[in-house]
Amino acid sequence: MSRAPHFATGGRARIVVTAIFACSLGIWLWTGRTVRASSATGRTGENLEYASPVEVLFSPDGARLYVLCQQSAQVRVLDAKTYAEIKRIEVGRVPRGFSLSPSADRLFVTNSWDDTLSVIDTRSLRVTATWMVGAEPSSVVEDRAGKHLFVANRISNDVAVLDAQTGSEEKRLAAGRGASYITPSPDGSRLYVTHVYPNPTTHRTAPQSEITVIDTARAVVAERIPMPNVAHGFHMAFSTDGRLGVAAGLHPKNLVPLAHLEHGGAFADTLTLFGADVGKPVEVPLDNLEQYAVRPFGVAITPDKSRIFVTCGGSEMVTVIDVPRLLRYVRTHSGPYVQDLSASANYVVMRINVGHDPRGVAFTRNGTQLFVANRLEDSISVVDTRTNRVASTIPLAGPRKLSVLRHGEQTFYTAKYSFQGQIGCASCHIDSTFDGLQWDLEPDGFGRDIVDNRPIEAVKDTEPYKWNGGNPNLPTECGPRTEKYFWRAENYDDLTLTDLVVYVRSLPPRPNRWQLPGGELTATQDRGKTLFERSVDKFGNPIPEQNRCVHCHSGPKGTDQKSFDVGTKKATDNSGLLDTPQLTNIAITGPYLHDGSAQTLEQIWTIFNPEDKHGRTNDLTKDELNDLIEYLRTR
Amino acid sequence: MKTFLTIATIVTVLGSSASLVTSQSNAARPRAHKAAIASARPTLPSMPRFRFENFTTANGLPDNHVYSVLVDGDRVWAGTDNGLGLYENGKWRSFTAKDGLAHRAVLSLALDKRTGDVWAGTMGGLSRISGGRIDTFTQLNSGLSNDVVYGVSVEGEHVWVATAAGACMLDLHSNQWSLFNERNTPMIEIWVYGVSATPTKVYYAVWGSGILEYDQQKKIWDKYEDPDGETEMVLFKDQGLIHEITTSVSYVEKDKILWAATYFGNSRYDGRYWHNFLTKDSGLPSNFTNVVKGVDANRAWFGTDKGLAYYDGANWSVYRPSLTTHQPEMTVRDAKGSVTSIPVTTAPAHNYILGIDFQGSDIWVATAEGLSHGIHQP
Repeated sequence: MSRAPHFATGGRARIVVTAIFACSLGIWLWTGRTVRASSATGRTGENLEYASPVEVLFSPDGARLYVLCQQSAQVRVLDAKTYAEIKRIEVGRVPRGFSLSPSADRLFVTNSWDDTLSVIDTRSLRVTATWMVGAEPSSVVEDRAGKHLFVANRISNDVAVLDAQTGSEEKRLAAGRGASYITPSPDGSRLYVTHVYPNPTTHRTAPQSEITVIDTARAVVAERIPMPNVAHGFHMAFSTDGRLGVAAGLHPKNLVPLAHLEHGGAFADTLTLFGADVGKPVEVPLDNLEQYAVRPFGVAITPDKSRIFVTCGGSEMVTVIDVPRLLRYVRTHSGPYVQDLSASANYVVMRINVGHDPRGVAFTRNGTQLFVANRLEDSISVVDTRTNRVASTIPLAGPRKLSVLRHGEQTFYTAKYSFQGQIGCASCHIDSTFDGLQWDLEPDGFGRDIVDNRPIEAVKDTEPYKWNGGNPNLPTECGPRTEKYFWRAENYDDLTLTDLVVYVRSLPPRPNRWQLPGGELTATQDRGKTLFERSVDKFGNPIPEQNRCVHCHSGPKGTDQKSFDVGTKKATDNSGLLDTPQLTNIAITGPYLHDGSAQTLEQIWTIFNPEDKHGRTNDLTKDELNDLIEYLRTR
Repeated sequence: MKTFLTIATIVTVLGSSASLVTSQSNAARPRAHKAAIASARPTLPSMPRFRFENFTTANGLPDNHVYSVLVDGDRVWAGTDNGLGLYENGKWRSFTAKDGLAHRAVLSLALDKRTGDVWAGTMGGLSRISGGRIDTFTQLNSGLSNDVVYGVSVEGEHVWVATAAGACMLDLHSNQWSLFNERNTPMIEIWVYGVSATPTKVYYAVWGSGILEYDQQKKIWDKYEDPDGETEMVLFKDQGLIHEITTSVSYVEKDKILWAATYFGNSRYDGRYWHNFLTKDSGLPSNFTNVVKGVDANRAWFGTDKGLAYYDGANWSVYRPSLTTHQPEMTVRDAKGSVTSIPVTTAPAHNYILGIDFQGSDIWVATAEGLSHGIHQP
């Protein structure tokens, strides 16, 4: 039985309690304030297994409700009338997406941490096959002909095309970075793929994502719809007439200093509209001046095309849009609209509070009810679409107690602590990872110290934090710094901060896709390891200790936790001394260097290491540099 | 001699011209002569005939210097000295460095038939054109061995690349690059000019180092060199590859036949025997051959500096503007060496042929002065 990774190891309660103590001590040392024990809150340090529903869908006859539970790694099958649980079906680690075959006889589940697809027979409700797919599969769709399965792979940035009957992979289509969610057009002739990470662009230019459009019959990429300024795309939906498509996205404002939260200066939470109804794609904001729609994720358009429902994870609500008013607005106003915080008042008609981190949605067959998966509350909100009110909430079976970890995760994903509830940790750390962006943070001065957003997986024990190593521990990183410079609003109470830190410390590394089983290395990787560890260059000259890869990038996480000047200081940097970053999953966390100026690992050494200050590398041939990089990918 | 050839090759690739054609006049001339033409026999071999439509900048082609051509169904891609052209629905569209293309000069093209992606080898890196998006791989931002990409060929999930500093292969599954050079293959020179990849064998034309063969099943390398060494002499006919200065390879997997082009004649290899083609003993219009495209075991097309040539296993036909009058010309040379002139009204845009591809029974030809569409005539 597989479980979601950060709760994967049983009997970790003691570790959690120890971590709580350590964090509390850290906070106390830093702030001089006394920190109470977490038990006073009633939150438990136990390692509880929650369901964490991320997606929901109905059987075509409306009799069953399928709920994809990410943390418990299950599909739960509920009676759609009584909500009684019919069956729990175990799937792989961190399932992220699921869909029914056109005939509804099979349910496909993507297991993002196992790189597999579970095939469930909907009659027997058993897993009948498990097929290997690409790296971090995140959603799956079968074509109407029953010929192919299309699987979006988040890390390999592609869409795998499988034989729908055998699961054998026929090919992979180049998608955008972070390919994650596939939505068929109403007639099934096209598939639309959105991406959670931005495509590579020139350094310090606006981010850009895309909607990759696949010709289903030919199984080729037909076109790409650019999403300028959008870094992170999530779910999409189409009107039943196929004339309107909408994609939820995050539009970061990372080219200006992050110092204007009071002016809506961090993110725009948006929908990108496309299709015959709007002509060229347009991006419209969901935010209002005093009410933000943080991290739009799930999208659904009512069958009569009257309204769009959008889950907003950070705001813990569903935003309701009047479609005729929206179309009238974009037809009568010239864009761009995104910077206009008064725009959404023209078409957002309701904001419905639901549970923690609402994600996927599904309509009942007649469209009168919308089911919303509240990931961090283990519940399903049932929204009456006629009244735009929550009619009921379905609790999923599981722990009723709130654990420290779960509360920490809720704190990480909510936006309620920031000024006007504009942003949360997860706005930049997409699904607790990174965002591929560079930010101009205020403490260093406007236009100074542009920094790449470092990944936080396996961040435990890699202190100090920040690129300048200025934060000695996670309580400082996540607490006062974040509160002062990001949230500009409510401080965490000590216990909430403790829970948040415990959660962040619990984040494990994603599986490394370049490592061979058993830790063996390929010949290429082995040659690269030798270069990584060498102490003598190719001319027989000793390499000074501080100029050896293995010296600074030492230890299991590839950091000696010290700062060095590796010759990458820019004119806008206050110092060339930079904290040695960990190497965990370095292959997938580009761009690189403290300011993200190296788009690829290669560029670190082909462009940004002219004086050999970032390791002795200029004696290497191109094939040797490739070997070094292949080794780094295994870290 | 080698220095001269090196310079000549650079000039050839960077932009050939009519003057360059003249400079290569030391190559043996075809044996066509008036007497032979006059004695044309009634049993004229049936060779393909075309009506050529020529595209230049006047029609919207990005540039008249066309290095490469690729047919993708109804679409035709032209790699020119000033951008990549796409001919679709009767119109040309151009992609340049501003659109993300690695470099304006597009030397080679390949189609990933599974995905529809087009790969373009340029003077500044390798680009993938996929659904309108261009991704570029260079020696600085990727594992590509060198930015001057003379050849590219896609087989399955592997992109095989010929560059000015070795060969390499990109595994589209793992995104891992494998580099092939003098350190890990029998290659002596590393100036790799052409590549032909199939599921069983991959062949590289290595300028100055003959032909490199990679056996995909056995995962081993082999090489084929001119038994005479790097000389223009042929001591024994058909004793091996005609010359070390190879420019193009084309492997016909279904027949297990390798066609190879050099600047000093062409070769065909069936796995055991070599057969060489020189102007002195075939209908080849020039030994200086830029490109070869095998059709099957017996048939192949050759792009030379003196026209486009077709070999059907016994007979030859040549399509070009006349070397003297520049009027359209087609000649047929039968197996016995008799040459017949066929009256034609059209010819490829130029004698200097750099690229060939097929669209059904039509042919597309990249030349130094435009792109030519040979429309098959019944």
